[in-house]
Amino acid sequence: MTAPVLAVEDLQVTFATGGATVSAVDRIDLAIGRGEIVGLVGESGCGKSTLANAIMGLLPGSARISGSVELDGRPILGESEDQLRTLRGDRMAMIFQDPSTSLDPTCSVGLQVSETIRAHRPTGKGEAKQRAIDLMREVGIPDAAARYDDAPHRFSGGMRQRIVIAAALANDPALLIADEPTTALDVTIQRQILDLITRLTTDHDTAVLLISHDLGVIAQVADRVGVMYAGQLVERADVHGLFAGPAHPYTRALLAAMPTAGAEPGGLAVIPGQVPDLSGPLPGCRFLDRCPVSHPECVERPPWVSTAATSAACWDVAAQLAGSDADARVTR
Amino acid sequence: MSSRLRFVIRRLLQTVPVLFAMSIFVFLIIRLVPGDPVRTMLGFRATDANVSQVRQQLGLDRSLPAQYGSFLDGLFHGDLGTDFISRAPITELLKQRLPVTLELTIASMLLAIVVGLPLGIMAATGSGWVRRLTDGFVILGISIPDFWLGIMLVLLLSATWGLLPPSGYVAFTTDPVQNLRYLTLPILTLAVAETAYLLRTTRGAMEAVLGQPYVTFLRAKGISHRRIVYRHAFKNAAGPVVTVIGIQFGVLLGGAIVIETLFALPGVGRLLVTAINQRNYPVVQAGVLIVATLFILVSLITDLIVGWLDPRISDGQA
Amino acid sequence: MTATTHDETPGGQAGAPLRPDLATEPASRRARVRRTALIGAIILGVLVLLAVLAPLLATHDPEAVDAQRILGAPSASHPFGSDVLGRDVFSRVLYGLRVSLLVAVSSVLISSAVAIPLGAVSGYFGGWVDTLISRPMDMLLVLPALLLAVSLIAIVGPGSVVATLAIAVIYLPILTRVMRGSALSVAGLAYVEGAGARGAGHAKVIAGHVIPNAIGPVVVQASILAGFALQIEAALSFLGLGTQPPTPSLGGMLADGRDVLSQAPWVEIFPGSAIAVAVLSFTLIGDGLRTRFDRAGRAR
Repeated sequence: MTAPVLAVEDLQVTFATGGATVSAVDRIDLAIGRGEIVGLVGESGCGKSTLANAIMGLLPGSARISGSVELDGRPILGESEDQLRTLRGDRMAMIFQDPSTSLDPTCSVGLQVSETIRAHRPTGKGEAKQRAIDLMREVGIPDAAARYDDAPHRFSGGMRQRIVIAAALANDPALLIADEPTTALDVTIQRQILDLITRLTTDHDTAVLLISHDLGVIAQVADRVGVMYAGQLVERADVHGLFAGPAHPYTRALLAAMPTAGAEPGGLAVIPGQVPDLSGPLPGCRFLDRCPVSHPECVERPPWVSTAATSAACWDVAAQLAGSDADARVTR
Repeated sequence: MSSRLRFVIRRLLQTVPVLFAMSIFVFLIIRLVPGDPVRTMLGFRATDANVSQVRQQLGLDRSLPAQYGSFLDGLFHGDLGTDFISRAPITELLKQRLPVTLELTIASMLLAIVVGLPLGIMAATGSGWVRRLTDGFVILGISIPDFWLGIMLVLLLSATWGLLPPSGYVAFTTDPVQNLRYLTLPILTLAVAETAYLLRTTRGAMEAVLGQPYVTFLRAKGISHRRIVYRHAFKNAAGPVVTVIGIQFGVLLGGAIVIETLFALPGVGRLLVTAINQRNYPVVQAGVLIVATLFILVSLITDLIVGWLDPRISDGQA
Repeated sequence: MTATTHDETPGGQAGAPLRPDLATEPASRRARVRRTALIGAIILGVLVLLAVLAPLLATHDPEAVDAQRILGAPSASHPFGSDVLGRDVFSRVLYGLRVSLLVAVSSVLISSAVAIPLGAVSGYFGGWVDTLISRPMDMLLVLPALLLAVSLIAIVGPGSVVATLAIAVIYLPILTRVMRGSALSVAGLAYVEGAGARGAGHAKVIAGHVIPNAIGPVVVQASILAGFALQIEAALSFLGLGTQPPTPSLGGMLADGRDVLSQAPWVEIFPGSAIAVAVLSFTLIGDGLRTRFDRAGRAR
C-alpha cells in the first residue's frame, strides 16, 4: 500500500502493578492505509484495548511503552501530552464501547460535538453549532437542530453512539479507532452502527482500526483482520482468507467455537484451559499451554509464516509448510 | 412548561409537608417533657394556683389539637410565643438574634467554599505532594473539635498576641469594622472544620468523576485539561458537593450553638442553650423551630441547585 | 468466546485518568491507607487502655479539691497541671476520657443495634415495608444533628445517659440508610435469592445471609460516626447539657478552663488534645476501613 496512515512497529506495553510486571502487549506490528478497515479480534483481556489506548497515548503513567507508532509518517510515541492532545480528536479519534458512559450526562449532546470542533480550530460558537447540527444529521439523528440541546439520557443507546461517532469524526481525522463500538448495543442496532461507520469512513477515506471480540462484526465490516491472543498478534489476513482457511490453532479454535446456524446440537466447542497470567514468566508463544499441537520450539517466539490466504505466527504452521510446501516463506 | 420548571415546583411543594412535620415535632417538645413542664418551669416553690394559672396562660389546659391549632395560628401571624421568664415576645428576641447566627454561619460556609472547593479540585488533579498535604489538613480539620480550636485560637491570637478580641459583639449595621473584628475568630473557628470537610468531599467527587469513561472520551477528543476539569468534571462533581454543603449547613448551625456560647455572641444558639438551662420552654420551642426552618430552606435551595445542574434529575431520571 | 464483558486490563477505557503522568498505582495507595488505619487502631487501643486503667493510672482522685494547688503548672506530681479548684488535670483527663469513649462507643453500638435490623428488613423487603421504615427516618434527618440532640436533652434533661441515647437517635437514620442500601444490593445477589428459593424463612435469610454480608459499610460508617459522637458528647458537656459535674468530662473541663485561659492554658490544652487525639484515631480507622470495603473501586 502507499504510505500507511497508521504504522505500528514492535509495540510493547508493560505495566508495573504492585510488584509484578504485566506484559500486556508483546511486540506487535500493524499498518493501516487510507480507507482501510482493519479488524482486531481477540477475547477479553487479550490486550486489544491496551493497544488502542497506547496508540492514542491514553494509558496511565504506570505503563511502559516501547516501539514505534507513526501517524501519517509522524512518530507519536514519545510526544508530550500537549502535543498528543492536538492530535487527538483532530488527526486521530477513538470511540468506545458503551455510549451511555461516553457522554457527559450533564452536558447537551450538541455541545459535546461542537466542542470537539472548537478545540482544534478557531471556530465561532454559532458556526461550530451549525457544523455540529450538520454532523448530527449526517449520522442519522432525526430533528438534529431541535435536539442539539438535549441531554444524553434522552437518547437511546444507538442514537448516543451515533452522537459519539459524530463527535469523533467532526474534524475528519485520518485514523479512527473503534473499540468494541457495538458490543453494548442491541443486535438490530449493531448493524446500523456498523453500516454508519463503514459509510462515513469510506466517504472520507478514513483509516479504521475496528476492535471487537465478536468475529461476526469483524466479518461484516473489515478488509483485513488481525487476531490477538494474550498480548500477541497470532494471525493476520484479509477477511476472506481468514474465515476461509485460518492457519493458527487459536484462530481455528475461535472459529470452531462460534455457534453457527444449523450446527449439530452437541454443545458449544470450548477452548480448554485459561488465558495465561501475564505477570508471570511466559513462553515465546503464549498459546502454548492451550494449544492442541505443540512443539518443543514453542517456548521460543514463533516466526511469521505465510500461506496463500493468511499469515500466522506459529511453529506448527511453519513446520507443516516446511515439510509439505516449498513455497513456504518465513517472513520473520 | 419545561421539565426544569416542573421539577422546581415539585420540589417546592415537597417542602410543605416537611415543614409541617417539623412543626409538629417542635410543638411536641414542651408536651413531651416528663412530668409537668409548667411545674418544672416554675420551680419547686410554685403553688398549685400558680401552676394552673400559668398553664392556662400557655394554653396547656386545652386539647392537643386545639393547642396545635393556635400554635400554627400564631406562626402564621408571626407570633412565636412569649418568653416565659422575661415576658418579652419571642419574635422580637429572635429578630435581634437571628442576624448574628446568620452572619456567623453564612460567612463560615462561604469561606469554607471559597477555600475548600478549589483546594479539593487541586487535590484531585494535582501532583502527589498537594494530595498528601491536603490529606493531612483534612484529617486534622475533621478531627479537632471546633470549640477547642476556637479556644486555642483565642489563646494564641487574643490572649497571647492580643490581635483580636476573645468575645463580644457589635452589629454590622452599627460598626462594620468592629463587627468583623469580633466575628473573625468565631468565623475562622467554624470555617476550618468546614473547609476540611468540603475539601475532602470535593476531592472525592472529582476523583470519582475523573475516573469515568466520558472523561476518557473527552481526552480522546483532544479537549483541553482545563475544560475537562472545570466545564465537565466539576459540573458533574458539583451535584454531590452542593448536596453535602446543604447537609453541612445543618452541622454549622449546630456548631454555631457551641461557638456562640464560646465567644459570647448574642445569637439564636446561645439563646437556646440559656433557655434550656432555664427550662424556658417557649423559647426553646421557638428557637428550635427557627433553626430547623432555616435548615429545611437551605436543603431546599441546595436540592434545587443540584436539580438545575443535572438534567437527569429534573427529568426524573436520576 | 463472545462471552465476557469489559476489558479488565489496565488499558481499558475507564483506566485512563486525566493526568497519565501522575497516576499513582492503586496498590501502593491502598497500602498507605491501610497503614493509617492501623495507626488509628493503635492510638485508639492506647486510649482505651488508658481509660480502662484510669483508676490505676490516676495519680490523684479526680474530684479531690486542693486549695493549695489552684492553677498549678504542670509538674512531676501533676503532669498536666491542676485546674481552678486545684484538681489534678491528668487524673481528670483519664476519667473524662473514660466517659467520652464510653458515650461515643455505646451510642454508636446502640444505634447500630437498632439500625442494622431495621435497615436489613427495609432493604430486603422493599415496598411498603421500606416506606414504613424510611419515612420516619427521613423525618429525623430534618433537624441538624446537634440541634436534635439539644432538643431531646431539653425535653428529658441533661446527663451522659441522655446524651448517649440522644446521639444514638441522631445516628439512627444515617446508619439505617447505609444498611438499607447495602442490604438492597446483597438481597439482589443470586445466592441470597437462592436461599429464599430453597424455602428458608425470611428471618433466616436476613439473619443468616443479608446481615452478615451487608454489614461492611455499616461498620465503616459507624467507626466514622463514633469519632463524631465523641465530639458531640464533648460539645454537649461543654454546654452543660451532657455529662454533669462533678463527674469529670473533657468537654466540661474545657468550659471550666475558659476563664483562666491566659493564666493557665494547660487546663484547656490537655483535655482538648485528648478529645482531638481520640477523634483522630476514629477518623483514621474509619478511613482505612472505608478503603478496604470499597469494592466498587474507582479507576485509580
